[in-house]
Amino acid sequence: MRAVDAIMECLKAEGVEVVFGYPGGANLPTYDAFVDAGIRHVLVRHEAGGGHAAEGYAKSTGKVAVCLGTSGPGATNLVTPIMDAMMDSVPVVFITGQVRTDLLGTDGFQEADILGITMPAVKHSWMITDPADIPQAIHEAFHVAGSGRPGPVVVDIPTDLSKADIPYEIGQEVPLDLPGYQPKFEGNAKQIRQAARALAAAKRPVLYVGGGAVAAGAQDEVRELAHVSGFPVTCTLMALGVYPAPDPQWLGMPGMHGTRTANYSMDEADLIFSIGARFDDRITGNLAEFAPNAKFIHLDIDPAEIGKNVPAHIPIVGDAKQVLGKLIPEYESLGAEKARLDDWWEKIHGWQAKYPLTYEDTKDSEIKPQFAIKAIWEASGGDAIVTSDVGQHQMWTAQRYDFKEPRTWINSGGLGTMGFGLPAALGAQVGNPDSLVICVTGDGSIQMNSQEMATATQEGLPVKVVIINNGYLGMVRQWQELFWEKRYSHVDLRDPDNEVPNWMKLADAYGWTGVRLEKKETLVDDLRAAFATPGPVLVDVRVVREENTYPMIAPGAAARDMVG
Amino acid sequence: MGDPGTKEVLSLEALQASASLRTGRKHVLSLVVQNRPGVLVRIAGLFARRGFNINTLSVGPTDDDNKSRVTVTVDGATVPIDQVTKQLHKLVNVLKIRDLEPDQTVARELALFKVGVENGPRRAEVLQICNIFRGKIVDITKQSLVIEVTGTPEKIEALEEMLLPFGLIEMMRTGEIAISRGRDET
Ligand SMILES: Cc1ncc(C[n+]2csc(CCOP(=O)(O)OP(=O)(O)O)c2C)c(N)n1
Repeated sequence: MRAVDAIMECLKAEGVEVVFGYPGGANLPTYDAFVDAGIRHVLVRHEAGGGHAAEGYAKSTGKVAVCLGTSGPGATNLVTPIMDAMMDSVPVVFITGQVRTDLLGTDGFQEADILGITMPAVKHSWMITDPADIPQAIHEAFHVAGSGRPGPVVVDIPTDLSKADIPYEIGQEVPLDLPGYQPKFEGNAKQIRQAARALAAAKRPVLYVGGGAVAAGAQDEVRELAHVSGFPVTCTLMALGVYPAPDPQWLGMPGMHGTRTANYSMDEADLIFSIGARFDDRITGNLAEFAPNAKFIHLDIDPAEIGKNVPAHIPIVGDAKQVLGKLIPEYESLGAEKARLDDWWEKIHGWQAKYPLTYEDTKDSEIKPQFAIKAIWEASGGDAIVTSDVGQHQMWTAQRYDFKEPRTWINSGGLGTMGFGLPAALGAQVGNPDSLVICVTGDGSIQMNSQEMATATQEGLPVKVVIINNGYLGMVRQWQELFWEKRYSHVDLRDPDNEVPNWMKLADAYGWTGVRLEKKETLVDDLRAAFATPGPVLVDVRVVREENTYPMIAPGAAARDMVG
Repeated sequence: MGDPGTKEVLSLEALQASASLRTGRKHVLSLVVQNRPGVLVRIAGLFARRGFNINTLSVGPTDDDNKSRVTVTVDGATVPIDQVTKQLHKLVNVLKIRDLEPDQTVARELALFKVGVENGPRRAEVLQICNIFRGKIVDITKQSLVIEVTGTPEKIEALEEMLLPFGLIEMMRTGEIAISRGRDET
């Protein structure tokens, strides 16, 4: 059959229900195959939207997502989502069209060396040189993307090869040939026992949980370990919801805009058990001063994360779910008394009482952004799937939405990609048709991929987009205020004479319902009504313009020196 | 610390982190890689992107057509060798990596020296030096000689120093290749 028809069969064999993509010259054969394949295809309005939608689908469902683009500009438009997926370990198979093989290397029309361009941004990639290899490459791509530490992969297929006739039969077994790829899952039994002993010896422990716990589906194990040990828990931006918030053992998020309690706990801990986290600089602040008293148990499926930023006293390479499953009974068998943690908890409770997450509310009807996030939480019953963009609104949401389950908080953590939120919401809605999906965004970020409003309408995706509208590139403004003597440079998005864009007209133009909300008193009810409105809704929430996101570890400072 | 299976807990103070990130010595990494398009770019790109400086890199076929051997030398004083090997292991086309122990390894490189000496006493002197270093003359003209020599980097550097005063026109080195001593495969 034609190679492109074999691709469709391979996708079906991998259980693919939906593909996000955009056609062009070099992938015309693939698009022809869609006509008869019976696979849902979501036509986005920009390849970056397609890539982020695929990420939203993958992050919210845990499945490997698929995104298609044509050669040249189509492929280069995918670079941002590919890098984004790399940073946040999101399993997406990107399939790009490429110019004909006889044009390769000649600067042919719409030729871009997408393999070369994305090499530092992929888990692995395949250049097809023989059409008969295509089925194997597709299956290998799914295997590599979805197993071990998940990540993006690229399969680049020259258009002439995709049209070729290849020997392939539906349902055919395709052996993989990946001798250099062998992720380890079980964890070394001796190291696990050693870790259990260290945990039993700890007097000031912290469970520090990262995105690896989400990827492994280890929420039950994390919760059980917390339950049997009585240890305090903090989850990174990538892991919110693995441990439910609020909860007596929940410290809040750590890092630059985390809670003082979480940061001070790490600072004074004698043992930090990192479960699938990577000690990113936004967590540690000044690395030299990070957690000076702590020993580290570092559990990660990627050996290269262990010892990268902080020393690992007990390294464990393995899958968080499997390793914790073995570690918990080991820990219990040691009979460690919870009472040894009493002093530690007293200290933590002291911080919690002294430094709750607060802000000063307005005296009138004006809406503070923090108030708006709490209102979104209340109006949505606290259990929506929430995506966000990048900036102050993202941090306020992470701090205040109180996520209860993993895969309900979808954001761009490692790359910090503005424009992620709306397409990610579309992907999440495709994967979770019965859920309320809310995108909390800024008036800056939403404009980076607002063309995807058309996709929502055409595909009937009833996402609710809430703009925390401060008229500024708020997070940049905040840094200019705090670190650049308030010399505001190109952060003001408001034109005094015109409302650009006119948000209600924008909503209207795309067939969305538009609502503008400015009153604190009715905000929760108004949001509730907006969320109950069928179809996609754009909610423009006008907030106090110059509010800062606090608390904050200034860049390069130590966690204990948080401000605000 | 107790035996496996005992209820003894351990003392946190006694826990040591794994060895220092910087070993301070030269490392010879021997990689077996799949012969796939772009594999060298992936390796070189990884070094560049993570700021790992490469001292030498050599690539060649092996006895298996599907595999190549890459030998990389890096300075453990400036490069976190543990990160280097772990990151290399993540490359799907890298099958095997060995951080060769210097005293368990035979490492050699080949160098070609072009020396500008006319026939006469100076040329005789160069030939003598070449002999001492067990070099071979592989090209000779009225104005020049090309010397081929193999050996450790130290030997090649010593020869370079000896030849410099005679008018070294150019020199090329392959970078080291290395094989482990004894019966076991590298
Ligand atoms: C693609 C991209 N460009 C630039 C930035 C830098 N940046 C980080 S936050 C931010 C401001 C975001 O403004 P807005 O979306 O309005 O959110 P707010 O901070 O006001 O909540 C900018 C420009 C980025 N993260 N991503």
